[in-house]
Amino acid sequence: MTAPTKTKTGAPLEVSALHAAYGPVQVLHGIEFRVDEGEAVVILGANGSGKTTTLRAICRMVSTSGSVSVYGTSLAGKKTEAVTKLGVAHVPQGRGTFADLSVDDNMRLGAFVRRDKDVQKDIDGWYEVFPILGSRRAQPAGQLSGGEQQMLAISRALMGNPRVLLLDEPSLGLAPLIVKDLFERLKQVKLDRGTTMLVVEQNANLALAMADRGYVLEAGLIAISGTAEDLRTNEAVRRAYLGY
Amino acid sequence: MELLLARLFDGVSSGATYAVIAVALVLIYKATTLINFAQGELCMIGSFIAYAFAVDVGLPVIPAVILAMVMTALLAAGIERTLIRPFDPSNHLPLVIITLGLLLLINSVAGMIWGYDPRRFPGVFPDGTVFEWGVARLRWYTVGTLITTIVLLVLLSLLLNRTKVGLAFRAVSSNLESAALSGVPIGRTLQFGWALAAAVGTIAGVLFVSDPFRQIEPTFAARVLIFASAAAVLGGLDSLWGALVGGLVIGMVESMLIGYLTFIPSQMGLASAVGVLIIVLLIRPNGLFGSRRVERV
Repeated sequence: MTAPTKTKTGAPLEVSALHAAYGPVQVLHGIEFRVDEGEAVVILGANGSGKTTTLRAICRMVSTSGSVSVYGTSLAGKKTEAVTKLGVAHVPQGRGTFADLSVDDNMRLGAFVRRDKDVQKDIDGWYEVFPILGSRRAQPAGQLSGGEQQMLAISRALMGNPRVLLLDEPSLGLAPLIVKDLFERLKQVKLDRGTTMLVVEQNANLALAMADRGYVLEAGLIAISGTAEDLRTNEAVRRAYLGY
Repeated sequence: MELLLARLFDGVSSGATYAVIAVALVLIYKATTLINFAQGELCMIGSFIAYAFAVDVGLPVIPAVILAMVMTALLAAGIERTLIRPFDPSNHLPLVIITLGLLLLINSVAGMIWGYDPRRFPGVFPDGTVFEWGVARLRWYTVGTLITTIVLLVLLSLLLNRTKVGLAFRAVSSNLESAALSGVPIGRTLQFGWALAAAVGTIAGVLFVSDPFRQIEPTFAARVLIFASAAAVLGGLDSLWGALVGGLVIGMVESMLIGYLTFIPSQMGLASAVGVLIIVLLIRPNGLFGSRRVERV
């Protein structure tokens, strides 16, 4: 276990011997990985391999054992809200939209942990990036299309000025062109803000194109790890996840 | 004509009191998406605390009610912390059972302290009438209750829609998991919801029992809660202003049906109100003003 001391020197995200279970069903069997400052790391894996559970375990949304630390601060015993306060933003699978709240309110909730005065300015900034969100700011967010909701989810998460962004299958249910655009945007965010990212994705092609490094999960264990380039050229990964 | 007006005033009078209790129900429902069976008893205990300050201590009635609101809010916050928070907020059945248990517990405690003899609650509004025409009397009590309810609704709307704590409140009721991921303190927000609903419930209870035609005793809330629930569901369960309209409609239906359809015995007033509720829900399943959840995926 990492000592619960606050040091700025620790990596943005360090995970070791992480186990997680839903009731009696053990999903993660002790995984270990780290994400360094400014890196984008992708977790690949088939359905049921534990990708989503890994992100949920980091945010303490599933019963876990093992150690997770954010910039050297151990998350043991912390609540989900407290993990967010440490600068971790999580865009859950299905986007986690506040469906009956307005787009504006969704954006304000993204900035809930912030204390500064620039919230409205930043919201307007995102409406310039995604004009469709701006033109629908007063509408209930549940009425946006799937792609628009994904844009909203990502801008909402970034409204909190997170140091670490966790993305759970951002491409799920979106048309190929929109997915491509989405990954372009993420790449831009990474360049502009230097936000550290951990992305869980089934679309290995696009994810590896924006990532620096990657891990492949198989049945709750890390089977392969390496740089994005390594994974792209790895025979097993190529056959199983890239499909050629 | 006189008689119609009389029945109209009667309907508004009882409707306004149903409405204000319905507002408390809607509040706690919005906070927890839970029907809180103990809410009526919190109204009752709040009224009794106000009674104790006003009659036993001898305070003027308004400060007595404010003190009672604070104490009932603290009581509700304590209940939330000890009996509700240890349980998973997304699993409703155990929580509903706990609120049912609380209903019985609070009721017995009140019976133990104050007994079951009805007592006269000091009037909040002046006695007498604003307007009188034969048998039709518009009482100060009716006008006062209606105005208090509307002021309360305006204040609550501002609190929920214009403040950060209101945003947290709406986030928790909209999507518990995303609220936690946004850093909203779930436990404290739900506790705030309980306290707020208890404070509003105290006003509701006091308004109900301060009618010179009524008295305060530990079982009053159980009866009126049925009307108030009907009003809340009719209004849409998650709409504050719907609760006001729902309360007025139920009060009006009760008074008009019994007044004009003489074959309906007056004991059936509640049943006929529920009948109207069922018809409305058949046509509008989300009530008159309830938000229909539209979500594209």
